[in-house]
Amino acid sequence: MGTTALIGTRKGLFAVDLDAGSISEPAFLGARVTNAVRDPRDGAWYASLDHGHFGVHLHRSDDDGATWQEIAAPEYPPKPPGVSNLNPMSQQEVVWATQLAWVIEPGHADEPGVLWCGTIPGGLFRSGDRGESWELVESLWNVPAREKWFGGGYDDAGIHSICIDPRAPGRLLVGLSCGGAWRTTDGGATWQIAASGMRSNFVPPDREYDPDTQDPHMIVRCGASPDVLWTQNHCGIFKSVDNGDAWTEITDAGPSTFGFTVAVHPDDADTAWFVPAIGDEVRVPVDGRLVVTRTRDGGETFDVLTDGLPTGVSYDLVYRHGLDIDDTGERLVMGSTTGNLWWTRNGGDEWELMSANLPPIASVRFL
Amino acid sequence: MVEVTFAKAFHRHVDCPVMSVPGGTVGEVLGGYFEQRPQVRSYVLDDAGAVRKHVAVFANDDLITDRTSLTDAVADGDRIHVFQALSGG
Repeated sequence: MGTTALIGTRKGLFAVDLDAGSISEPAFLGARVTNAVRDPRDGAWYASLDHGHFGVHLHRSDDDGATWQEIAAPEYPPKPPGVSNLNPMSQQEVVWATQLAWVIEPGHADEPGVLWCGTIPGGLFRSGDRGESWELVESLWNVPAREKWFGGGYDDAGIHSICIDPRAPGRLLVGLSCGGAWRTTDGGATWQIAASGMRSNFVPPDREYDPDTQDPHMIVRCGASPDVLWTQNHCGIFKSVDNGDAWTEITDAGPSTFGFTVAVHPDDADTAWFVPAIGDEVRVPVDGRLVVTRTRDGGETFDVLTDGLPTGVSYDLVYRHGLDIDDTGERLVMGSTTGNLWWTRNGGDEWELMSANLPPIASVRFL
Repeated sequence: MVEVTFAKAFHRHVDCPVMSVPGGTVGEVLGGYFEQRPQVRSYVLDDAGAVRKHVAVFANDDLITDRTSLTDAVADGDRIHVFQALSGG
């Protein structure tokens, strides 16, 4: 098998051999696959399914996708009697139930079997047994700031980004829409807000910099320089060089600073990729032309990459989990809501169209 | 015993054969069913144990009225049908 990626779509999961140009038979045909990932520690594949009417269900494959076994899904504890938990935006009670298992992230290399799962309505879950059971991380669920969290794109808040810190187990940072970013260095016993410097333009001016209500769409960490984080935020692009203590806004990044996704080079913290769209009011590429932007100098300047991308009108949107980079830092894979799948072997200088006919794509991950 | 039947839509996702289960309420019967088939539970009930929004549970020919605690009474020889609460479209 060559360069292979898992593609989670609105209508099933596909394994795509990018070198060979071949697409597997779908798994879970007809089901919405929110996220799929391979655990590099034991080779297991995990898939998160949203059956809509029938709830959220997780599956694991221990034979490279030949067969799948349903495992436990994150389940919230009962809301204690008398506890009110209002969504501040909707003024509706937040139901303590998994609406979406948005992202599954294998844990630190030295913690085999540990998985993290980010969910809507905002809970982080930990499994110590490869998904056979899950436990809500109550220390984060109980932070007082949670009463300020609200949904971004969905009714309730959700965790979509889980950035493992390779320096030691128990250190991670999670991104929340809309609840900022939170960091732990003690295995989740305590959490600190890590969104200072991010900015919102959809709240009253005196709350623009409230870290507790920021809307990072996606946060990624540079493996070789783990203090460096990049985020594509609802209101722009931001970078941190101190593990989330402070974020600096990048205000000039090609056609637009709005988008959903970001990828960072695993060895070069100054190199990152984005896929811009007009803005939150019009979520399509600027001028109807899909491009990728890339900085190689920490955000000072950006290249606009177009080679191999559509030359005519294109209204592809790339969601937050729709872009991934491999360990070489040269190969990226990108999937759109229009069902187009591209990849590049040279950091985005040239893109190759792998398929134009997949279902709408939610997530792409290299194996 | 109460016979529990699931609509075709469920069979696509999870093994849920017809089974007869004892119990005096819908909750007791479904609880007995889920003891034997634990994976079926989360397709029917949410985290809090209530019937999912788009799932319909019938006791004989009537929709159950208590979708939260499943206290609707059933008796020997009754049937429970679990459907997807949607049509058309």
